[in-house]
Amino acid sequence: MTGSNSYQHPNEHGYYGPFGGAYIPEMLHRNVEELRTNYLDIIYEPGFQKEFRELLKDYAGRPTPLYFAKRLSDRYHTTIYLKREDLCHTGAHKINNTIGQILLAGRLGKTRIIAETGAGQHGVATATVCALKGVECVVYMGEKDIERQSPNVARMKMLGATVMPVISGSKTLKDATNEAIRDWINHPSDTHYIIGSVVGPHPYPDMVARFQSVISEEIRIQLKEKTGSELPTHVMACVGGGSNAAGSFYHFLDESSVQLIAVEAAGLGLDSGHSAATTQLGKPGILHGSKSLLMQTEDGQVTEPHSISAGLDYPGIGPLHANLFKTVRAKFLSATDQEALEAAFELARLEGIIPALETAHALAVLKQLNFSMDDKVVICLSGRGDKDLATYMKEMMPDNL
Amino acid sequence: MNNRIAEIIAKKKGNVMNVYCTAGYPQLNSILEVMKALQENRADIIEIGMPYSDPLADGPVIQNSSSVALANGMTIAKLFEQLKDFRKPPLGGLGVLLMGYMNPVLQYGFEKFCQEAAEVGVDGLIIPDLPEYEFETEYGPIIKKHGLDFIFLVTPETSEERIRKLDQLSSGFLYAVSSSSTTGVDNNMSHVIDYLQRLKEMHLQNPVLVGFGIKDRASFEMACSYADGAIIGSAYIKALEQARDVKAATKSFLSSINGR
Ligand SMILES: Cc1ncc(COP(=O)(O)O)c(C=O)c1O
Repeated sequence: MTGSNSYQHPNEHGYYGPFGGAYIPEMLHRNVEELRTNYLDIIYEPGFQKEFRELLKDYAGRPTPLYFAKRLSDRYHTTIYLKREDLCHTGAHKINNTIGQILLAGRLGKTRIIAETGAGQHGVATATVCALKGVECVVYMGEKDIERQSPNVARMKMLGATVMPVISGSKTLKDATNEAIRDWINHPSDTHYIIGSVVGPHPYPDMVARFQSVISEEIRIQLKEKTGSELPTHVMACVGGGSNAAGSFYHFLDESSVQLIAVEAAGLGLDSGHSAATTQLGKPGILHGSKSLLMQTEDGQVTEPHSISAGLDYPGIGPLHANLFKTVRAKFLSATDQEALEAAFELARLEGIIPALETAHALAVLKQLNFSMDDKVVICLSGRGDKDLATYMKEMMPDNL
Repeated sequence: MNNRIAEIIAKKKGNVMNVYCTAGYPQLNSILEVMKALQENRADIIEIGMPYSDPLADGPVIQNSSSVALANGMTIAKLFEQLKDFRKPPLGGLGVLLMGYMNPVLQYGFEKFCQEAAEVGVDGLIIPDLPEYEFETEYGPIIKKHGLDFIFLVTPETSEERIRKLDQLSSGFLYAVSSSSTTGVDNNMSHVIDYLQRLKEMHLQNPVLVGFGIKDRASFEMACSYADGAIIGSAYIKALEQARDVKAATKSFLSSINGR
């Protein structure tokens, strides 16, 4: 269970190399400690695994297909497989984690669930599993994100969740996370916080990575069926906090022949002052309970990031990824708002798949890379683009004139 | 080792009044005026908040004071500059703590921060998101080297074993958070009697000051009847929010609590 590989697992204090830990005020100690001492026992207990696997299969629709994208491959002169997380129930990889955490919350006896959301995908995935289990659900969402991801707000409400608008700071994901943590401080006994990415205090990054690792577990099996070998040459994924990337990389972290490529949001450009490319622009710092890379001023105030995609509009990155960056185990690239939009249209017209704006960032860097025909490139198609149609339509207007 | 905080508390024998104010609030240069006004009105200790963009443990009132202070241009470097001469009379005897979050302190340079804090005459630190593991392995020795107190928080949810441990690691006093909440909560202090009584019966090595939700004479006196004193935060910030004159506002607020 706890393998020896240092990229995959943090040490007992939650550190991946120099990054991680649990920098939390005492008011959160009991809840976080309860999780830390119980999470591995709970999630590897056979009854839990059985229920988790059944829900992934029958409810979320796993395994998701690994699709050979022929026309996209032709376009980039290589062999590209898309891991279709967009076909999961609720439309993104986020449900893998929320199913795991709702089962965990049940075993801890929690009766109230809180979550933060940026794009709304994690909020929807949380509201969904709360409906499934009949548990109260409160989702914190920045006011700016409520505007730009309105279809997901409607979905959460229909599912019975309370959506709490957050008006502090940049009114996006960072501030929604602050408010969720404050809510948890104020509800010390009945509430479980379902965090949406591989961020937060230990054990969250490790726990979320384990729940998402089903993505790379399936990739290995599916690739073997299709090509005779379990190993691709490249795995690519977009990174906000880094959960779809962590899940896609997980079972390849140890395989040094596999190149891992993480793609951050460059916003209007790395030097524009309006970006969310944390590894390129950040320094070591502490946010939301862990030490990682962080976009901040010289005085250590967290800066407001920018990305066209709400799910990548975050000034930090999970500590697992900070360590992959520092040790150069993964390559970190970035794509601008414009490049992501173009990549979304390209995929729509080459393959008939409309990706989420977050996912489109991973596709956008295909242009920056040189592959050979023999390469086997797996891209995590983390989510579908329905929630982004308003943005896409605005972009399409010149086309229609 | 500077023992000013412990001495102030020992000498006062109860009813210690510790008041929080965010540096750079209401104006960039308010802090010395605030400190003078607090001392003149018989506060014993000031907890100077170093503003941070993401104050996780704080409710709306202190969050807002932090945003205002940051918009005013407050930084740690400016704070040390403002505090440079405060130990000269008339402020000589006031206990002074710096309270803030880890990230700005890390960026300033942890050791440089401790050294300069000690040089200007600060007595101790409260950093709620510095956990005890990192304190013991990395930061505690630096804090001690510069003769500063470090004060841990405990809550009604903290186990007895852990309270003992945090008491051992703390010096100056132990900060008893009155309820599991962010700052500025409007809690009913009568709910915390059992908890404060429990702390009292533990005969800890440090004195205990109670904070969070101390907002008026009744809550201050309630806390002081079980502990060595109390910490007032959001209620004082609120009193400054409307005020044109820091001195007058402080006088009227504090006399509503400790006036005879
Ligand atoms: C479709 C999709 N992909 C990616 C992300 C980014 O999150 P993470 O980096 O945790 O995968 C989000 C977040 O909302 C998302 O909705």
